[in-house]
Amino acid sequence: MSTKETLFDTSEITVSMGPQHPSTHGVLQVKLKLDGERVLDAECVIGYLHRGVEKLGEAQTYGQFVPTLDRMDYIAAVSNCLGFCETIEKLLGVTAPPRAQYIRVIMTELNRITSHLLWLGTHALDIGAMTVFLYAFREREEILKIFENYCGARLTTHMFRIGGTQYEIYDGFQDQVRTFINDFPKKVDEYETLLTENRIWLERTRGVGVLSAKDAIDLGVTGPALRGSGVEWDIRKAKPYAVYPDFQFDIPVGEHGDTYDRYMVRIQEMRQSARIVSQGIEKIPDGPLMAKMSKIIKPPIGDIYHSIEAPKGELGYYVVSDGSTQAYRTRVRPPSFVNLQALRKMVAGHMVADVVAIIGTLDIVLGEIDR
Amino acid sequence: MADEEKDNQQTEKPAGPAKPVPPAPAPPGEPKAAVPKPPPPPGAKPAAPAAPPKPKGPQQEPWSSPLVDAIKEKFGGEFIKSYSFIGQNQIEVKKDRIAEIMTFLRDNTIVPFNYLVDETAVHWPKDEQFEIVYILYSFPKNEHVRVKTRIKEFEEIESVVSVWTTADWLEREVYDMFGVRYANHPNLKRILLPEDWVGYPLRKDYNIRLQDVEWVRKHLGIDSGQKFYVGEARHEDTGYITPSG
Amino acid sequence: MDFLIDYILIPLVKIGLILAVLPLAVAAITLFERKIIAFMQVRLGPMRVGPWGLLQPIADPIKLLLKEDIIPAGADRWIFVLAPVVAVVSAFIVFAVIPFGPAIRIFGKAIPLWVTDLNIGALYVLSISSVGVLGIILAGWASNSKYPLLGALRSAAQMVSYEVAMGFSIIGVLMLAGSLSLVSIVKAQESSGVWYVFYQPVAFILFFICGVAETNRAPFDLPEAESELVAGFHTEYSGFRFSLFFLAEYANMITVSAMAVTLFLGGWLRPFPNVSWLGFLDIIPPVFWFIIKIIVFLYFYFWFRASWPRYRYDQLMKLGWQRLLPVAMANVIVTAILVVLLGG
Repeated sequence: MSTKETLFDTSEITVSMGPQHPSTHGVLQVKLKLDGERVLDAECVIGYLHRGVEKLGEAQTYGQFVPTLDRMDYIAAVSNCLGFCETIEKLLGVTAPPRAQYIRVIMTELNRITSHLLWLGTHALDIGAMTVFLYAFREREEILKIFENYCGARLTTHMFRIGGTQYEIYDGFQDQVRTFINDFPKKVDEYETLLTENRIWLERTRGVGVLSAKDAIDLGVTGPALRGSGVEWDIRKAKPYAVYPDFQFDIPVGEHGDTYDRYMVRIQEMRQSARIVSQGIEKIPDGPLMAKMSKIIKPPIGDIYHSIEAPKGELGYYVVSDGSTQAYRTRVRPPSFVNLQALRKMVAGHMVADVVAIIGTLDIVLGEIDR
Repeated sequence: MADEEKDNQQTEKPAGPAKPVPPAPAPPGEPKAAVPKPPPPPGAKPAAPAAPPKPKGPQQEPWSSPLVDAIKEKFGGEFIKSYSFIGQNQIEVKKDRIAEIMTFLRDNTIVPFNYLVDETAVHWPKDEQFEIVYILYSFPKNEHVRVKTRIKEFEEIESVVSVWTTADWLEREVYDMFGVRYANHPNLKRILLPEDWVGYPLRKDYNIRLQDVEWVRKHLGIDSGQKFYVGEARHEDTGYITPSG
Repeated sequence: MDFLIDYILIPLVKIGLILAVLPLAVAAITLFERKIIAFMQVRLGPMRVGPWGLLQPIADPIKLLLKEDIIPAGADRWIFVLAPVVAVVSAFIVFAVIPFGPAIRIFGKAIPLWVTDLNIGALYVLSISSVGVLGIILAGWASNSKYPLLGALRSAAQMVSYEVAMGFSIIGVLMLAGSLSLVSIVKAQESSGVWYVFYQPVAFILFFICGVAETNRAPFDLPEAESELVAGFHTEYSGFRFSLFFLAEYANMITVSAMAVTLFLGGWLRPFPNVSWLGFLDIIPPVFWFIIKIIVFLYFYFWFRASWPRYRYDQLMKLGWQRLLPVAMANVIVTAILVVLLGG
């Protein structure tokens, strides 16, 4: 029995899935401690995209700060905007008029569909199903055209203002959205045909990255990851904001907390969002778009926390105001930041090939994590 | 951009021509204690910090509940006050037994706060202290609460990682951005900034300009490339700034 | 003189044809693949180089040939150069036994459309494929880097495992035909009037699955695809040497398809050779049938790649050893029993 170490001895090695890798979820570095094929531990190194958004919040006025927030979760920028506008409106005590609220909800739900489509495409691509990526982007393109027609931008949209929305819906908006929404469930069926019952997909995702409900709550995981673990909690139902109480929709909940359940939860969420949009598009009330408030936004002295259900989880804003036009402190509670902590627990004991799948199933955006 | 917003709504105020109006939507009948100040020109930089001393807008309401009573009973020495602002309940405590207080908040049967939503800090340089803010949520009771404590600059505060694992990265970020040291944290190192960064960005006395010159020079071997803006600098020439010059 | 023509000139011409046509076929297949996968993915594929992208397979080799030839510093130079050669050579010489069609008459001579009719043809093909594995191991070894080596070993292990199941799956056909010679197998299908796929459906499916795994194609392409951590064996190769590996991979795809066609789909026979009223199809030259069938198999290759996710490595190995191999062995036993019972 020679004790000389050879190249083929499986000892613990540390491998770095460096900041750049083919499964582009952003600049995330994961240091994996491997024993052969098995992952013993994973450490995430983040901060490659840190831009100092919170510090900028102290230098810009409230209105100037809103577009900066689009750049955080750049995939689902509308949610960031909505969250912050609602936070400041709460602090000021104004409510956006009903017409603006309906437009906000419609756009936010379209935005949720966009985000989930991108997630689906990249997640499937990581696991090897290339075609779903292109189908998902085909649908995403339609929604981005709607966004572009509405506010001029596709990705970093800055759609809403503090107090309402700035832009009136354009002629043909309802028709375009209606055409899209009527077609959309069939497209989701297409994705499901390719993946949901596919034996290879099932083998790659069932039982991979299991997160129990207790662990999820302890780690602060929110969003589809939490619902996939069996906790039925959605801020749109628990602490409703905007005009969500007027809509009928369900909250899909998973059972086992594995990657497959999170996949099913997000697919169902896309369907539910389509349902909300199809309800909303029929009953947009008339009225003004902006609440009556002054041009200069000077909230009262105090602090407030408000959160919304972003596509990735609970997106919260904690704003401390000192009575001036600039915030004293803006804190963004990013869902992906807290969700990524769960990676360590989810990856332990799995194989190297599963790490990519698990990172994908958490649905992270580095812009949000690093701010 | 708030100043230039195309606001098609004008708040009707009966008195005072061209006076920039305060933003709170006071009910029409509320008496406005008109302070006879000369109105600054509209669209001017809102630099006036002296707000008129009238109780306008939301105020802190005292808040009491069975949970608050239980806290006062167990942690009377640390409890400072509890109040509610814009409908959001807040408790202020001293930092001394914070981990025990948090454990109590998580495990009590009245309102079990099993989810730490956020943990962050605010820097108050005038009082020379940081305010650590914990936002908690209870799934069973669907309630939020905010717990605040204060800590001076070189003091340590106990980490709540033992209570909720969420706090791990959240506290690392507070350490990274503010320099608040946590005791009993498993891995207190910088998270967003490079490990050898000097300075704590979110403090109020941290100027964001020119902070990366040293680091870039050391690690990348190049000049940072930042320049003074003409109006700001001593020199008229915009030139590259090096640590020595 | 006859000897010179029959045994030297004509085989040399045939070999020359294979060596000339095969790379062109591979080039055409790459374009075929990109276009088909693109259409499945609601896009157009290569469009810029030539009308409808038809000149793309000429542009790609030119690009690869013009690239810088890099040999890593610590690499074993001779083995590094040798590895792609081994892979390509073994991919090409398999075609010596593949029958493309029956004998044709040129200038009064009956010239069969195969280079040689080895009486152990099927065994020859399997053995030469195994030599191809050696090329991969050499490539991984010569790269002098941990990750290409591990990737090469994984690829090699995968190919070897599926070769076992593949070997078992063709035993049924061999029993039915009574010979290892590929030409005899096609002739046996002709005399029995039925393609062997109808006699050996299970073996056919097994053979094709094993063939896909053998060539490291989706859904079994994890050793190539997971390039972040365990890089594929050809990581350190660039330019012409990389194109040789590419050539070898696609040539292997054609080999597997050709073998599947020969063993199960009747080689150059038309569909339903025993149905006489379809005799009007005989005006189509048999080579054409052969090529059409190969194209159908290649289409399946591309279809798999476009549609399915890929297996994880341990699932892949489990599939080969724990599922396919027992089924193949069971197929052999059942076929043997039926052959004896139904009086061979």
